[in-house]
Amino acid sequence: MADVTLPAAGLRRRPATLAGVWAYARSHVWFLIACAVALAYVLAAAFAPWVAPHAPTDQDMMNFMSPPAWGPHLLGTDSFGQDLLSRTIYGARYALAIGLGAVAIGAFGGLVIGMAAGLSGGAVEWALMRFVDALLALPSLIMAIAFISILGQGVDKVVLAVGVALIGPFSRTVRGDVLQVKAQAFVEAAGLMGVKRLMVVWRHVLPNVIFPLAVQATIRVSYAILVSSGLSFLGIGVTPPTPDWGLMIAEGRSFVSFAPWIAGVPGAALAILLIALSVVGDGVREQFDPKLKKEA
Amino acid sequence: MAWFAARKVLQTLMVLLIVSVASFSLLKLAPGDPVQLMLGSEYSPEAHASLMAQLGLDRPVAEQYLRWLGGFLVGDWGTSFISKAPIFQYAFMEALPVTLTLAASALALAVLIGVPLGVLSATRKDTGWDAAVATLTLTGTSFPSFYLGILLIWIFGVKLALFPTLGFVAPWNDLWGGIVHMTLPAITLSTYFLAMIVRLTRANLIEALEQPYIAAARARGEPRWRVVWVHGLRNVMLPLVTILGLQLGALLQGAVLTETVFSLPGVGQMMTSAVLNREYGVVQAGVMMTACLFVLTNLAVDLAYPYLDPRLRPR
Repeated sequence: MADVTLPAAGLRRRPATLAGVWAYARSHVWFLIACAVALAYVLAAAFAPWVAPHAPTDQDMMNFMSPPAWGPHLLGTDSFGQDLLSRTIYGARYALAIGLGAVAIGAFGGLVIGMAAGLSGGAVEWALMRFVDALLALPSLIMAIAFISILGQGVDKVVLAVGVALIGPFSRTVRGDVLQVKAQAFVEAAGLMGVKRLMVVWRHVLPNVIFPLAVQATIRVSYAILVSSGLSFLGIGVTPPTPDWGLMIAEGRSFVSFAPWIAGVPGAALAILLIALSVVGDGVREQFDPKLKKEA
Repeated sequence: MAWFAARKVLQTLMVLLIVSVASFSLLKLAPGDPVQLMLGSEYSPEAHASLMAQLGLDRPVAEQYLRWLGGFLVGDWGTSFISKAPIFQYAFMEALPVTLTLAASALALAVLIGVPLGVLSATRKDTGWDAAVATLTLTGTSFPSFYLGILLIWIFGVKLALFPTLGFVAPWNDLWGGIVHMTLPAITLSTYFLAMIVRLTRANLIEALEQPYIAAARARGEPRWRVVWVHGLRNVMLPLVTILGLQLGALLQGAVLTETVFSLPGVGQMMTSAVLNREYGVVQAGVMMTACLFVLTNLAVDLAYPYLDPRLRPR
């Protein structure tokens, strides 16, 4: 395994203020647009029943595979006569919920393992980090496939499988941050002053670890969405007739020669969301990660 | 040097050992009774007991693990209870070469196009070229490969009818057929890496070109192409090899999805159908092969560092 090089001593910068974020956004038009796009997806997901013209599983028996056109089905229908626009809007719910859920599991697992490893040191740290090495030895999708083979299919199973697959990278960064904080003079001072160890962890270590973790979590949401929709695309993630984009793209694959919109519409929705999230992620990273600032 | 290498090898073996324990647990954790599944309609309590004994499943778990590991190392990966064929034959001899061919083609394509694009972008920094390449790389790193594959099928397979869109032809049997069948899958899989390589080449080359020795080379009157492609690009080698090692996981993961788009009978298809058929032995084979490939490549990358960069040679 390639060794992780720890960034040079010195704490990450204090969290930027909201005003700072706003100043950044104003000078980066694409960042602002990407934020707006991401927000639109969140709103579409939240208000899907009001925004979508049809229910996601309603079948229009008179209109199978009708192409996008002005009328009752703006973006066309699939092979079951289900409205693609509505299914795509409802799909945003699943994509965002699964992505956020999986990242929450991964970040929490990473926080626990990384903190335990970084704080304990010695044999416990060694054992935990070898375990993390093993977690990192498998690409997330392959690991998620292995978990799915035990857990079975379904939305909750996908969240769990992808979430566990994300624990590895999170653990590594958390441990790195803990080691950095531990080396700081104020932590040593607190210890010398007789502050209880648990209190030092709670008051000094945790706050300095949580923030970079939150930044990393934001960036990983798009990856979690990509992996989970990949699972559904393979046909082993979410089960039909759930309006999941990966599943819809897989279904459309069979009809690509004469009804390309069936895969095209949900695929475009997924691609646009992922691109927007990656622009947002780049902005967040640029704002909050001093390591990157130095390198750039 | 020997000490450094030995430590790396030991570390790698340790990781593989943990992965093997985890993979073995996969079979143990899997719901359902594998023996019952294997017997199918011929089930009887006596047959069950005798098959259990025959497979060594009545032994302590630790002994089962060691037997399993020993078997794995010599290519005895068990038998598929659907096709009744040895899993090793199917997974290692048939599926793995397909995935490796796809991955290698995609990687080659990404390097061959990515490095020149990165050079173009770095030498024409802050021009329209640079901006165009930046937009392409941003799209490339976040575009879902399986959707890109379908778009390519639609454009090049259906609309223009230039390429076949399904199936695998082994290039070692039919070179031209192999290349033609591999073109769209390789483009699909390469996009992400292409974008990564462009970014990496650009960033490292820009930094390298600001070094004093580059100015010195220019002052000596060396032609510009030589300065960029020889002196400058040498600095891109190390990060390039690093990223290829670290991103191999992403490559294998992308290959799994790409195979499904183009119906290539590789490891991805193998694992997917194994999950659906509850063939845990095959899932396990896929996990072990991927992990070995990933970990061993990273070992190779670590061991290659001192050769690529004299500064990293331990004294």
